[in-house]
Amino acid sequence: MTKFKHPQILLASNLKDGEVVFLGHNGWEKDFRLARIAKSQEEAQILETIGKTDYSANIIVDVYLTDVEITDEGAPRPLHYREKMRIKGPSVRLDLGKQACGAPDEH
Amino acid sequence: MSINNFNTLSRINSPRTTYQYDEFDKDFVRERVAEFREQVRRRLDGSLTEEEFRPFRLMNGLYLQLHAYMLRVAIPYGTLTSQQMRRLAEIADRWDKGYGHFTTRQNLQYNWPKLIDTPDILEALAEVDMHAIQTSGNCIRNVTADHFAGVAADEIEDPRPTAEFLRQWSSAHPEFSFLPRKFKIAVTGATHDRAATLAHDIGLRLVKNASGDVGYSVIIGGGLGRSPFIGKVIREYVPRAELLAYLEAIMRVYNRYGRRDNKYKARIKILVHEKGIETIRAAVEKEFAAMDYTAFQQDPQEFKRVAASFAPPPYETLPSESSKLAKARLETPAFDHFVSVNVSKHKIAGYAIVTVSLKPISGIPGDATSHQMRVLADACDRFGFGELRVSHEQNIILPHVKKDDLFALWQTLDAADLATANAGLVSDIISCPGLDYCSLATARSIPIAQAISQRFSDMARQRRIGKLGIKISGCINACGHHHIGAIGVLGLEKKGQESYQITLGGDPGFSASIGEILGPGVSADQVPEVIEHLVDFYLAERHESEAFIDTWRRLGHARFKDVLRREGEDGADI
Repeated sequence: MTKFKHPQILLASNLKDGEVVFLGHNGWEKDFRLARIAKSQEEAQILETIGKTDYSANIIVDVYLTDVEITDEGAPRPLHYREKMRIKGPSVRLDLGKQACGAPDEH
Repeated sequence: MSINNFNTLSRINSPRTTYQYDEFDKDFVRERVAEFREQVRRRLDGSLTEEEFRPFRLMNGLYLQLHAYMLRVAIPYGTLTSQQMRRLAEIADRWDKGYGHFTTRQNLQYNWPKLIDTPDILEALAEVDMHAIQTSGNCIRNVTADHFAGVAADEIEDPRPTAEFLRQWSSAHPEFSFLPRKFKIAVTGATHDRAATLAHDIGLRLVKNASGDVGYSVIIGGGLGRSPFIGKVIREYVPRAELLAYLEAIMRVYNRYGRRDNKYKARIKILVHEKGIETIRAAVEKEFAAMDYTAFQQDPQEFKRVAASFAPPPYETLPSESSKLAKARLETPAFDHFVSVNVSKHKIAGYAIVTVSLKPISGIPGDATSHQMRVLADACDRFGFGELRVSHEQNIILPHVKKDDLFALWQTLDAADLATANAGLVSDIISCPGLDYCSLATARSIPIAQAISQRFSDMARQRRIGKLGIKISGCINACGHHHIGAIGVLGLEKKGQESYQITLGGDPGFSASIGEILGPGVSADQVPEVIEHLVDFYLAERHESEAFIDTWRRLGHARFKDVLRREGEDGADI
């Protein structure tokens, strides 16, 4: 098990349509700002357990934890550019993906 | 669910100039759609796990990418009818987001389909003789061909009947459905290689022997990706009647000896590299001699039947020169530039081949909106016998346009932002989707292409530079063919940042070569500037109309590296 270095969120793809979703306090959310933030190894393990359960229940696929920082507003912000892309959509088509619905610019 | 209510019929006077499915083909594809529909149903109700379902969806071209699923539709040998192009547009509007991406394998990718809609999309494709079978997985993929097939002035024979034969041979081939790794075949019938045959697992080149009989020069072991290799000739001449048997022998040798323990060493190029071409040739010849290949003996009548599907359209007898064209060129400079750059010589007098660039300045290489697809479908019905081609360079070809019609066609294209006169020029950049869409990518590639395109947006300057192939990949898998770009750009991750490695000296043609690395990676912002320095040096040093690759070969790699040193960008920064 890798050492817990940063807060983490759990993200996945919705099985039916492939949209990126984030585990929130009330289930899977389309908006990363509603993601539940794990601030310890134990909390991250809880998220992973829920992810595995929902993967087995055929709700989501491609589930994994990613490192984030926490903004002044308390929202998670992915540290890696790959996940920064996933919470928004293609950087070359701002009219597509989550950013088209008004998510803040993270590119 | 059928979408027969859509208006998809091509015009009555548009003859079919490509292979039309017979009942066997239609039944096969329909059965596969029904099978996949059932597999999706079972996945959604939990009867199939993701591990069980994944191979099924990949066999039907459905990937899971960064933002959504992605469906890769096969366009065999890059040939499309207007009816098929309209259907692609309809699917884009109905089930995707109004556009599609034409790829370096002459396919089309939809970036936003839903799993629950995919069976309906496949059914809509089947209605126009299309599918997504074998656009993924460790099988023989969609066979590609010269996009000027059948019309090029330098052609020995149209490669598409051969490619269609290979499509039929390789589709659901039971022995080759679970190969060590994916397998790509390209065919050309011309004296110039526009199909990058030396960069494929198997490249086929139509040649004539001393008796004048048409057969095949067979090349194996080419490929890009993590370990790039230029293909090697395994047999100088294989008679047409023996082609399938000979390929069967190659596939058997690969299937038997190809590595399955390490996916990075599983392609046939690694086998050829590790064992040597002589060893592989001996193994193939031994297999070929031992096999009873009567079952694979090509039936000349069947080949004739398939070839008839690609018969030339009813060309008119025309003078080779068009006064109408000459007048329009004089009156409209922008059209004159378009003709100079995007129009190629046709083998029939009075006709021309038109390349429609999907690379507008600062645009996304290979993307076409559904509106543009319809414009292209209408244009080829009106001006080109209802036929289109997709090039591996991510452009669209109208292969049969009367010279008299070129100006009217240009006006139609221009109105749809499809008349960029840059075919083969520095802004005609091949680019994979990169990290903007692809889950395998390590860096973005499209924004790099856009920035380079913008940097060279002066079209007069582009024409002065002349033909120059820039190819960009967003990861080591090299879908953007960066290894064979005169200038190649590879996006990687370096210390948590996107970093770009530049290569020089790649060549996709019969004189194929793999590009050499210029130096350490540079940031995204630096790429256009570095390329501009290289291009300026080339312009200063070239002889007459010498191509970039020839100047690079003449001067040597070190001279180009020196340029950047003089510009103060050497050392740790690049």
